[in-house]
Amino acid sequence: MEPFLISVMIAATPFLFAATGELVAERSGVLNLGLEGMMLMGAVTAFAATSATGSHLLGALAGAGAGVAMALVFAVLAISLMANQAATGLALTIFGIGASGLVGQPFIGQPLDSLAKLPVWDATALTRVITGHDPMTYLALAMAGGVAWFLYRTRAGLALRAVGDSHGSAHALGLPVTATRYAAVLFGGAMAGLGGAYISIAYTPMWGENMTAGRGWIALALVVFATWRPGRLVAGAYLFAAVTQAQFYGQALAIPSQFLAMAPYLATIAALVVISRDKALTRANAPACLGRPFRPDR
Amino acid sequence: MRRTLAALAVGLVATSAAAQELKVGFVYVGPIGDFGWTYQHDQGRLAVEQAFGDRVETTYVESVPEGADAERVIRQLAASGHGLIFTTSFGYMDATAKIAEQFPDVKFEHATGYKTAANLAIYNARFYEGRAVIGTIAGRMTRTNRIGYIASFPIPEVIMGVNAATLAAQKVNPDVEMTVTWVNSWYDPGREADAAKALIAQGIDVIMQHTDSPAPVQAAAEAGALAFGQASDMRRFGPEAHMTAIIDDWAPYYVKRVGQVLDGTWESTNSWAGFAEGEVVMAPYWNMPYEVAVEAADLERAIRLGRTHPFEGPVVDRDGAVQVPEGETASDAHLLSMGYFVQGVVGDLPK
Repeated sequence: MEPFLISVMIAATPFLFAATGELVAERSGVLNLGLEGMMLMGAVTAFAATSATGSHLLGALAGAGAGVAMALVFAVLAISLMANQAATGLALTIFGIGASGLVGQPFIGQPLDSLAKLPVWDATALTRVITGHDPMTYLALAMAGGVAWFLYRTRAGLALRAVGDSHGSAHALGLPVTATRYAAVLFGGAMAGLGGAYISIAYTPMWGENMTAGRGWIALALVVFATWRPGRLVAGAYLFAAVTQAQFYGQALAIPSQFLAMAPYLATIAALVVISRDKALTRANAPACLGRPFRPDR
Repeated sequence: MRRTLAALAVGLVATSAAAQELKVGFVYVGPIGDFGWTYQHDQGRLAVEQAFGDRVETTYVESVPEGADAERVIRQLAASGHGLIFTTSFGYMDATAKIAEQFPDVKFEHATGYKTAANLAIYNARFYEGRAVIGTIAGRMTRTNRIGYIASFPIPEVIMGVNAATLAAQKVNPDVEMTVTWVNSWYDPGREADAAKALIAQGIDVIMQHTDSPAPVQAAAEAGALAFGQASDMRRFGPEAHMTAIIDDWAPYYVKRVGQVLDGTWESTNSWAGFAEGEVVMAPYWNMPYEVAVEAADLERAIRLGRTHPFEGPVVDRDGAVQVPEGETASDAHLLSMGYFVQGVVGDLPK
């Protein structure tokens, strides 16, 4: 059981990073489908920076920076030029897949030392599961907690939610709609970059083309799954990671592998059904202006 | 969704532009940067360019999903003046056969399939020969008598690898048990590493894989277990864990076949080459006692010379049925339709 739970902690981390960032962007009313592309650029940049400097910290920062750069392209197109957000996001993903492959060519087949793990507190089974991970695992959790605090306990968070729910009213109240959305999207980019960096310098320290293998799309789904609430997002990320990891541990228990392979999606659908039964709740949390460009009329 | 996007992301990449006698197209299932299956096919393509210089032009299309997109990509290559097209994954079989019928003047080569035509040849490598060698090493090296196998999909190619390794391991260590975990993917470093960790957590101390990334080797190294590389030499990813790797070397075959098209002697053939032809190569042996390395090298030589075969009878499946009787050797047809696990394999076999 312990190795299983430890694996869950690790596997959930990239989802936590990317989905927390996307949650903030969506809460401001911007749907960025470019998560996968931003994660890949983050992954390749973090790998390159870490292997060049030997510092995982610089690598992670570079990964976040690459995510921000990608998000900036998206923001200019989708916020300032008011391009269709879904199409721009898809283009960003496609661009990210190609560009990361191109940039990453010299790093194929290169190993890298894994991000160092913190010491384990060997007191109980619980502490052995929770402690002893690398710092990024905890950073991801801290960021999710920080975002929850920011959204619900600060004035700026309230303003961000207002911008996402009704950009017209927010604008009329004098809130800086465009600047808020830029900030939210760039934050989302940094988090996606960190999620990608986690994959290439900590989870499996290597670079391989398309190595995120669709995790960006799962993170996107998690945001909806969580009905745009950070607490549920954390639960969803761990739940999804647990069901995925159960595939590998469950096969030893002679559970049919096809059943295990479909279990994560089954769990997702079940959760979505339960959540959508409460329509008022879903509507209360979904940003009303999600995906709609804002054109100030005065 | 992801597959569709990958298809959209695919672009044609032409690598040289001068006037040539022959344009050769390659369709890859993964990115050339996978450092595994597709990477090795691309090394073969580069060897063709090296061997023939300006006489040939090569084109490749990577990350082509198996299915309708493959047909479109293959047709596009055939229609754009390519004289020889290699399609390098099992799932391209029907698409390749269909396009081959529509373009009788274009020569096609499909890897790991079984449909042929006058202008459609098939080729594969006897990876199970390498599996027998690593099975022998694993049987000698495991201390817990439990070997783990990270498998992609339940197709004959993968199943015969599991069986070849198990049979060889049992020959040197009758108590050995092979645990198979399916990851339902050819390439997903994260899941491959997770599968390796899960196997090691169950008390398995030697990991082998039939997936394409070096992540399992890395995970094994981190956990103090032993591992084998797949498709390329992956020693760098776990120098203290990597014992050897089964390397796919397509270069001899690609160079030979392109040469045959150039001098007009190409024929539709069914090639299944292994150690003897240099298409399957073992990486250098590490992290094992000298005697084990010698035993592995001896088996490699015996297979190369045809003195032994990884599937010599008796081969008994998990239900106790004799699949290959004593004194006989499994035929190629038997191997290519293998749908059973031998005794000693633990884990589900999806039908």
